[in-house]
Amino acid sequence: MASTLPSRRDVDFLLHDWLKSDRLQDRETIDALLDLAEKLANEQFLTHYKQADAEEPFLDASGVHICPPIGEALRQYAELGLFSASFPEEAGGLGLPYLAYSAAFLFFSAANIATAAYPMLTAANARLILEFGNANQVATFARPQIAGDWFGTMCLSEPQAGSSLADVRTRAVADGEDELGARYRLAGNKMWISGGDQDVSENIVHLVLAKIPDPDGTMPLGTAGISLFIVPKILPDGTRNDVSVAGLNHKMGYRGTANCLLNFGENEGATGWIVGEPGQGLRQMFLMMNEARISVGLGAAALGYRSYRLSVDYARERLQGRPIGERAGPPVPIIEHPDVRRMLLQQKSYVEGALALCLYCAQLVDDEADPDAAALLGLLTPVAKTWPSEYGLAANDIAIQIHGGYGYTRDFDVEQLWRDNRLNPIHEGTTGVQGVDLLGRKILRDGSALPILERAIRNTADAASSVEGLADHARALLAAWQAIGDVLTVLRESDDRAAFDNATLFLWAFGHVVVAWLWLDQAVAAAGCGAQSGHDANFVEGKLRACRFFFETELPKTDAWLAVVRSGTDVASGASEDIF
Amino acid sequence: MKALVPVKRVIDYNVKPRVKADGSGVDLSNVKMSMNPFDEIAVEEAIRLKEAGKVEEIIAVSVGPAKAQETLRTALAMGADSAILVETDEEVEPLAVAKILKAVAAEVEPGLVILGKQAIDDDSNQTGQMLAALMDLPQGTFASKVEVDGDSVSVTREVDGGLETVKLSLPAIVTTDLRLNEPRYASLPNIMKAKKKPLETKTPADYGVDITPRLKTTNVSEPPVRQAGVKVADVDELVAKLKAMGVA
Repeated sequence: MASTLPSRRDVDFLLHDWLKSDRLQDRETIDALLDLAEKLANEQFLTHYKQADAEEPFLDASGVHICPPIGEALRQYAELGLFSASFPEEAGGLGLPYLAYSAAFLFFSAANIATAAYPMLTAANARLILEFGNANQVATFARPQIAGDWFGTMCLSEPQAGSSLADVRTRAVADGEDELGARYRLAGNKMWISGGDQDVSENIVHLVLAKIPDPDGTMPLGTAGISLFIVPKILPDGTRNDVSVAGLNHKMGYRGTANCLLNFGENEGATGWIVGEPGQGLRQMFLMMNEARISVGLGAAALGYRSYRLSVDYARERLQGRPIGERAGPPVPIIEHPDVRRMLLQQKSYVEGALALCLYCAQLVDDEADPDAAALLGLLTPVAKTWPSEYGLAANDIAIQIHGGYGYTRDFDVEQLWRDNRLNPIHEGTTGVQGVDLLGRKILRDGSALPILERAIRNTADAASSVEGLADHARALLAAWQAIGDVLTVLRESDDRAAFDNATLFLWAFGHVVVAWLWLDQAVAAAGCGAQSGHDANFVEGKLRACRFFFETELPKTDAWLAVVRSGTDVASGASEDIF
Repeated sequence: MKALVPVKRVIDYNVKPRVKADGSGVDLSNVKMSMNPFDEIAVEEAIRLKEAGKVEEIIAVSVGPAKAQETLRTALAMGADSAILVETDEEVEPLAVAKILKAVAAEVEPGLVILGKQAIDDDSNQTGQMLAALMDLPQGTFASKVEVDGDSVSVTREVDGGLETVKLSLPAIVTTDLRLNEPRYASLPNIMKAKKKPLETKTPADYGVDITPRLKTTNVSEPPVRQAGVKVADVDELVAKLKAMGVA
C-alpha cells in the first residue's frame, strides 16, 4: 500500500509552487530534508504507532519508562541531525529555514505525534534559552538539546492554574549566584508536563514559570510577577536536582508522551537559574509562543491529513452497495457513493487548508525581520493554532464515519488518530483562550495587522479574478472580508466585556475566511502550474475542486456565525448558572 | 586502495510501476526515483570498509540522465568522497554500462569495484559480471559477507545450495546481495556537506563508448491478472485437472 503520510506531492506544491521556498533555501536541500523525513517517519515513527498507544509509560522507583521503540526512533532522529535542523549555525544548528523544518516535521507528526512531541518540546525549550538566556546557559542547557542529547519541557500549568497562569504558586527564592547566573531554590507542583520524565535522554531541562515572593514573603499578584527558570533534572555537577515525579496522567491519546505531575523542591528546594530579568517570564514565553502554537496547528493538520489519506484508501477498496437505482450487479467501492465523496472532499478541504495555513505561518517566522510579516504572524497565530486543531479533528471524525463500524474498532488507526488529535484544541491555549487572544489582544487592542492581512487578501482576489472559474470565489472572499469588518465596527462600539461574549464564534468565522483566502491563493498557484511543474492534471483539478468545495459549502457558514456575533446576544453569557 | 561504487537511479521501490499506454515501457513521469537498493548496500559496504581502514577513498559513479546527480548526492551524503556522472538520456543496457565502467575504472584505478547484484527496474543481473569479463578481473557475486585482507578479498556468496566463500585477489569485482548489510540513513549535516563534494560530469563519448542498444523492446505489458483458483475434492481430481491442463 502507498504511504498514508501526507502527500509529498502536495507538500512539494505548497513549498515550491505556492510559497516559492527557493527564496529561503535551494530546492535540492529541501528535497533531501523531506526525503529523509519521509523515510525516517515511515520506517521508525509509524512502526510503533499502535504499540506506544497500547504500552503506556509507567513509573517505578527509578523514574518514568517509555515504550522502547520511541527511544530508538528519537536516537535516530538525533543522530541524523534533525534536532538541530532549524537552529542557526552559530548555535550548533544547520540553519535551515523554519518553513522547510516545519514541512519535514509534518511527516513525523503524522506518523507518530506522541513520539514527535519530545523533539517539538525540546526545540521550543532550546529556542527560548537561545533567545533570552546568557552565554553560559546557552552552552550548558541549549546546546545539548540542539544536539538531541538532552530533552526539554515547558512547566507552566499547575493543578490549580491551567489557562490562568496568573495563579501559579511555585515559589523561587534567591540562592546566590554562579557562572550560570542568579540561582534560586524552587518549590511547587507542575501539572501536565509532557516529557516531564523519561528514560531516553541523558538529562531533562525543565523551563519553569514561578514567582519570586516579595520581601515580606507574599506572592505578587497577576502575571507581572512571573519569572522563568531553568531547572535541570541532573545538575551540572552530576547530582540529582530536587525534582520528582508525583504521578503520571493517563490520557485519551498522545499516550507515548509521558505526561507528569512534577514536584519541585520536596526537600531542600530545586536548583534553578533565572532566564533574563525577574518578572519577564510570561513575556518571554509569549514571544516564543508563536512557534509553539504553529507547531500545535501543524500537528493537528498532520493527524487530520493522515486520516484523510487512510479514508481515501479505504473508500477505494471497500465494496459496499450499488449506485442509487441499481439493484443488480457487483457492489461498488464506496468512493462511488456521492455522500462518501462529499466527506472526502470535506476532509481534503480541511486538511490541505490547515496545512497551507501552518506552512504560510512558518514562512512568516522566517520573514520575521520584516515588521509586516511579524505583525501578520501575530494576528494569524491564534488561527494557525485553532483552525487546524478544530478542523483537523473534524477530518478525523469524518474518517471514522467513512470507515463505518471498522473505524470504531482498534483494528484501524483512525480511532487513535481522533483520540490523539482531541488534545490539540485544548493544549497551548484552548480554543476559548485563542478566541479572546484574537479578538482582544490581536484586533481590538491593536488592530494594526488587519490592513496587512486585508492587503494580502485583496492581492489574492485580484489575481484570482482573472483566472477562469475563480472570479466568483474572489468576489465571495471580498464579501466575507467585508462582513468581518462590519462586525468589528459593531464590536468596537459595544462595551468591553460584551464584545467577548461570542469571541469563539468570531474566531471560527475569521478562521474560515483566512482559510478561504489561502484556498483561493492555492488555486491560483495550481491553475498556473504548467506541464513543467511536474504536477499532473488530476492534482491540479483536485486543488481547484477542493477550493470550490470550500467556497460553496464552508464559507457560507461564516454568515451564520457572524450574525450571532453582530447581534451581541447574551443568551449564554447572561444565563443564570442555576439553570444548569 | 580506492573503491569504485557504481549506482543506478531507478523507480523507487515503494512505487507501483505503471506500464505506458502504448506498451513501449514503464511510465516514469512524475514518479519517485531513488537509488537502486542493492547499490545502496554497495555504498554502505564501501563506507564500512573505509571506516575499517581497508579503503582510503570511495568514488561513486552513475550512468544516466542529469537527474542521476541526485542519486550520486545520496551516495556522497552517505559517505562517498567524490562522484562521476556519465550523462546520457538514452536507455543504456548492461553491456554499455559495463564498457563505460571499464573506462572509468581505467582512470580511477580502484582496488575494488562494488555494486548491486542487479537493479530493481530491469532485474538484469549482468553489469557486474560483464564488467569482470571486460576487465578480466575476478568476481564475487551475490555477496552476503565481504572481508578485505591485504591484497585479497573473501566474499561469501548466497548460492542456491547455501553459502559459498571465494577468495579473490585484488583488484576484484563484488556484487552485493540483500543481506550484506543494512544501509545507513544519510544524516542532515552530511547531506549539507555532500553539496560541496566534487561531482564530475562526463558523457559516454568522453570514454569513446558506443551505447547504441543491442536489444529491441517489442512490447511491455502488465503481468496477467491472477485468476481465481478452484477447490478440488481429492488428489485424483487434482491429477485429472493437471492432466487436462497439459502440465502433468
